[in-house]
Amino acid sequence: MSTDNHVTTAGKHHHAHHFKDAWHEFISAKEGIWLFMVTEILMFGGLFVGYFIYHMKYPEMFAEGASFLDWRMGAFNTFVLIGSSLTMALGIHYIQVGKNKAASWALITTLACGAIFMVVKYFEYTHKIHLGLLPGKFFAYPEAVSQNLAMYFGFYFCMTGLHGTHVLIGMALITWVLIRNMRGEFDSHYFTPVEGVGIFWHIVDLIWIFLFPLLYLVG
Amino acid sequence: MGSAAGKNYINEFAGLKSWFTSLDHKRIAILYMISVLTFFLVGGIMALLIRAELFSPGGQFLTGDSYNQVLTYHGAIMVFMVIIPGIPAIFGNFFLPLHIGAKDVAFPRLNLASWYVFMFGAALAVSTMFTSKIDTGWTFYTPYSIKTGTAVVTMVLAAFVMGMSSILTGLNFIVTTHKLRAPGMTMGRIPLFVWAIYSTAILQVLATPILGITLLLLAAERIFGVGIFDPALGGDPVLFQHFFWFYSHPAVYIMILPAMGIISELITTYSKKTIFGYTAIAYSSIGIAAVSFFVWGHHMYVSGQSEVAGVIFSFLTMLVGVPTAIKMFNWLATLYKGSITFDSPMLYALGFMFLFAIGGVTGIMLATLGLDVHFHDTYFVVAHFHYVMVGGTLMALVGAFYYWWPKMFGKMFSETYARLSFVFIFVGFNVTFFPQFVLGAMGMPRRYFDYIAPYESLNKISTVGSWLIGIGFFIVLFNLIHSLLKGAKAPDNPWGSKTLEWTVQSPPTHHNFDHDPVVTAGPYEYR
Ligand SMILES: [Cu+2]
Repeated sequence: MSTDNHVTTAGKHHHAHHFKDAWHEFISAKEGIWLFMVTEILMFGGLFVGYFIYHMKYPEMFAEGASFLDWRMGAFNTFVLIGSSLTMALGIHYIQVGKNKAASWALITTLACGAIFMVVKYFEYTHKIHLGLLPGKFFAYPEAVSQNLAMYFGFYFCMTGLHGTHVLIGMALITWVLIRNMRGEFDSHYFTPVEGVGIFWHIVDLIWIFLFPLLYLVG
Repeated sequence: MGSAAGKNYINEFAGLKSWFTSLDHKRIAILYMISVLTFFLVGGIMALLIRAELFSPGGQFLTGDSYNQVLTYHGAIMVFMVIIPGIPAIFGNFFLPLHIGAKDVAFPRLNLASWYVFMFGAALAVSTMFTSKIDTGWTFYTPYSIKTGTAVVTMVLAAFVMGMSSILTGLNFIVTTHKLRAPGMTMGRIPLFVWAIYSTAILQVLATPILGITLLLLAAERIFGVGIFDPALGGDPVLFQHFFWFYSHPAVYIMILPAMGIISELITTYSKKTIFGYTAIAYSSIGIAAVSFFVWGHHMYVSGQSEVAGVIFSFLTMLVGVPTAIKMFNWLATLYKGSITFDSPMLYALGFMFLFAIGGVTGIMLATLGLDVHFHDTYFVVAHFHYVMVGGTLMALVGAFYYWWPKMFGKMFSETYARLSFVFIFVGFNVTFFPQFVLGAMGMPRRYFDYIAPYESLNKISTVGSWLIGIGFFIVLFNLIHSLLKGAKAPDNPWGSKTLEWTVQSPPTHHNFDHDPVVTAGPYEYR
């Protein structure tokens, strides 16, 4: 089968046999990626619905939970991710205009932003683990006012944990396209994987933009 | 139409490795076919065990606990590993590209990956049978699923992984339908099977993520005790039911819509008549898909949701009957003055219409708030959804096997045995499940491994029926395998069908079409 599917010889990409041309392949791939993003948003949507239901039921508890979060760290991370979305978009732009070297630097910067985000998240997590502000049966904070404060941290860790997993997956994907770009596999005619990873990264950023006010700024 | 030297997708490449690495949609369909049929055998044996245990009151050979486990695996295997992937992954994969004049699905690599993801999930699910067998039922209701000591986390992750495979398949089919139609193949000319698979794919993509997050939260609940579904921690177990049915009701249509697509193909082919109301049937698929998202509360009339919610859900549920009836009446109108031949696939199609009508009408009964309070969690419900899932989906699945077998493998099966299998399955099905309506109305609760004496005779009849169904399916299996070994060579178009897959050789070549087809008319140009 290798004769009529994606073959990459000397950096040149040929469109697969069931597509009319490269453009046809590109727009199809892009539609597939957007559909996948819809499923990602819906999956987080389930968590948001749960969050709203319990926030309505226990507003004081959520306010107390949020008071343990440092909004400055959250705001810093929001800033970092928005910046990384910009560098990601720049990376795609540079490939489109044939500046592959600049594109590599843009992708490296994006990766660095992702790493900074995760480092900040690491400090936030260790701080909470230290205080015993943990979900459910691991909750061990002695001075909680609300009776079921553990639930707030259940939401906190589920939502940021699932999001953090997506950041890590995104970083792995960016590394993948970065390596391929440095090998010279992309040019202004073929850059579908970069475009796809870019869309994924923007959606991950977008979800954080919703998580930040919900978790850090309530109450 | 034959291509050079009798080459086709089966013999073009040799060796097992060429199958497990193939990106050809037809070969991937065969991989799915073998896996799904294997799981069907396992799930079917579970069903026979359940019926055998219920042959007489009191424990026969299962304890209460082992009965719960057999019941759970029967449900989980049949839902997640047979009926949901069944028609889309086998026949959708094989015939969607052929139906629209494409060489393959949009993302062949993703297609193969979906199969591996599915098999990984299935392996996880089966692995729990050898560790600690789960006993929650396929619905994993909290709070029991949080408390039971069995391998719920593994099973839930298995369902999550298989859900991911379902999403990827759906996504692939949507893009294929949008982007890969041959010149002239407008959306108004695609076969109704494609409309059905397309509507199903939309449901797979939009509903499955909710199941995903629900199952992840359930796993988190067990591992960390996050409390979202646990009343002891301020959570709400009914929320789990809302989340679960928000996926699992649309999932019912993931199971039945593809079957309806097959029936449209069969009815028009064996009536030798252009289908009546093409547009109505096509849009009713989309209509069913849309309404199905707003009816989940009909599973929860007795869960303590508000009465107003109950009334609204009741009304919306009855609304689903409208597009469903539109399909039924259009099929009937197609039969009217058609040149009907009763080939075995047609028998299955007519069997579908008869059984699905009963399943549908009892569905309306269950949608009625007052009646459901009486019927809830009785055998009436069990009979109802088996009429839809088995009488509907499985009848269509077997019909599809007979209809497309000559195209898929280039061999004719024995028509006599095909008709015989229909008699066994159709009669056996009614003998098994019709008494269960009566049992339910008499108040026999579902999911119990024992019952009181007045229910005995009807249970005995039901168990005998299950043996007839079993024999019927073995005749199907025997007939199809026999055809592979000894069957006559199939012509390109044995049924005189008009859709594109019948214009190419049987079995098709690797590239499907020797010349890219150009479409100038609708799919069912009979008369
Ligand atoms: Cu339902």
